[in-house]
Amino acid sequence: MLALDRVGKTYPNGVRALDGVTLAIKPGEILAIVGGSGCGKSTLLRAVSGLDRPTQGQVTLDNEKIEKPHEKIGIIFQEPRLLPWLTVADNVGFGLHDRPSSERKERVARALERVGMPEKAGAWPRELSGGQAQRVAIARALVPRPEVLLLDEPFSALDAFTRADLQDHLLKLWSDLKPTLVLVTHDVDEAVVLADRILVMRPRPGRVFEEIEADLPRPRDRQSAAFDFVKRRVLAALDRSLDRTVSVNEGQEKAETGAAMWW
Amino acid sequence: MSIATPTDDVPVRAPRSAWSRWTRPVLGLILPIGLAVAWEFAVRAGFSNGRLVPPPSVIFATFKELWQSGELQKHAFATSMRVAAGFGVGVVSGTVFGAITGYSALTRRLIDPSLQALRAIPSIAWVPLFILWFGIYEASKIILISVGVFFPVYLGVMGAIRSVDRKLVEVGRAFRLSPLAMVRRILLPAVLPAYVISLRTGLGLGWMFVVAAELLGASEGLGYLLIDGQQLGKPAQIVAAIVAFAIIGKITDWIIVLATAPLLRWEDTSARTEGN
Repeated sequence: MLALDRVGKTYPNGVRALDGVTLAIKPGEILAIVGGSGCGKSTLLRAVSGLDRPTQGQVTLDNEKIEKPHEKIGIIFQEPRLLPWLTVADNVGFGLHDRPSSERKERVARALERVGMPEKAGAWPRELSGGQAQRVAIARALVPRPEVLLLDEPFSALDAFTRADLQDHLLKLWSDLKPTLVLVTHDVDEAVVLADRILVMRPRPGRVFEEIEADLPRPRDRQSAAFDFVKRRVLAALDRSLDRTVSVNEGQEKAETGAAMWW
Repeated sequence: MSIATPTDDVPVRAPRSAWSRWTRPVLGLILPIGLAVAWEFAVRAGFSNGRLVPPPSVIFATFKELWQSGELQKHAFATSMRVAAGFGVGVVSGTVFGAITGYSALTRRLIDPSLQALRAIPSIAWVPLFILWFGIYEASKIILISVGVFFPVYLGVMGAIRSVDRKLVEVGRAFRLSPLAMVRRILLPAVLPAYVISLRTGLGLGWMFVVAAELLGASEGLGYLLIDGQQLGKPAQIVAAIVAFAIIGKITDWIIVLATAPLLRWEDTSARTEGN
C-alpha cells in the first residue's frame, strides 16, 4: 500500500507547490493525476519517487517511509532518458547490474520481447524513434519488478497513434505483474483509458480537488458512451478547478480562462 | 508522400557520400601538390636556383639522408619523449583540476579564477623563469610543454563535467547508484567525447610548445634540427624537420582517435566525422 499523509512541498523561494495531499493507493491500482499547470502534479510524483523530499508530511510504502529512491519504486520520465552510450539491451538491464549476467540477459530479453522490439537489443538509442525509445524506457523501469511505477507525462511528446499504441503496451505489461501505477498526464483520454481512479488537482497551492472513479471494464473502448461519460466528468471537474482559481486572483488569470486552456 | 520520402532518399544519399569520401581529400591535395610540382619544374628549368626555397626533390633527399644516418630518428625520439612526458604531466594535472572544479562549485570559485588568470599569460613568457627555476635541461622543457597541455585539458574536463545532462544523473539516482557507481556508469561515459577532444587539443599544443622549448636551447630534438639548419644555412633540413613534426604529430593524434574509437561507437557518426 502506497500512502501519502498530508504531503506538502514549499520551495525555498516560498512557493507552495503542494499542500496537504493525503492519499491511499491500493496495490495494483492505476491512479491518474490530471490538473492545470502549476498544480503540483509533478512535484507530487517526485516526492513519491524519493527524488525530492516533501517539506511537510510523509510518503510511505508498506509502512516504510520514502525519503530517497527506493528499489520497489520505478519511474518513467517524460523523455526516455536512455543512456546514449549503452545499447538498448544494456539500457533495459541498467537496474539489474547486481544480478548474475545469465539472469540479467534472460530478463532483458523477455522484457524486450514484451515491448515488441527483441530485434533492437543491439541497437544504439540514437537509432530509435521516439516511441521505440519510450518503450525501452518502460522496459528499463519494469525489469527490476517494482511494486510501484510512477509515470510523469510519459507519452506527451509522442504523436497520437504512437501514444495509443504505447498505452496498450503499458496495460499489457502492467497485467504481467500488476504493479501500482501512478500516472501524471495532461491528456484526459489517456487518464480515462488507463486509470481506475482519476485525481483532479487544482493549483496555488497544489492540492486534490476531486476524485473520479473510472470502473470501466478493460480493454476500454474509447468510443463507448461510458468512456465518454467519465471523460466528461473529468473535463467538468477540470473546468471547475480552474474557474475557482480565476475568481481567486482574477487579474492575472484572464488569459487562462476557457475550457480549452486548462493545461 | 511522407512515407515515400525516406526510401527515395537512400539511393540518392549513398552514392553522394561515397563520392565525397574520395573526392574531398583529393580536392584538398590539388593545391599543395600542384605548387610543389610547379616549383620543382621552375628550379629544374633554371628560373630559380632554389637555394633558399629548396625544391621537393632536394627536401626528400635531405630527409632520406637524415634518416639513413640515424640523425632523424635520434632527434625525433628526443622530441617525442619530451612531448610524452609533458603531455602526461599536463593531462594528469588538467584532469584532476578539471574534475574537482567541474564537480564542486566551491572549488571552482576557489581555484578557477586563479587558473584563468594564469591562462591569460602567454605561456612562452614563462620560459626565462622556468630556466631560472628548473635549469636549462629537460625539466624546464617538460614543464613548459605540460603548461601548454594543462589548460585545454583542464577547461575541457571542467566544461564536460558541468554540462553532463542532469536528467541522466537523475536516472542514476532513481536506480540508487552509489557515488562511485554514478561516476563510473554515468559521469565518465558522458564526459568521454569532450575529454577526447580536449586531449587532442592538448596534444597539438604539446607539439607546439616542444618547438618553442627546443628553439630556446637544446642539443638534440627536431627543434635543434631547425636551429641547426638556420645557423648552417640548410633550408632543406629545416623543411625536413617540419615535415617530420607534421608526420609524428598526425600519427600521435591518430593514436588517440584509434584508442578511444571503441569507447565512442555510440556517438552519432556524422558528429564524429565532423570532429575529425
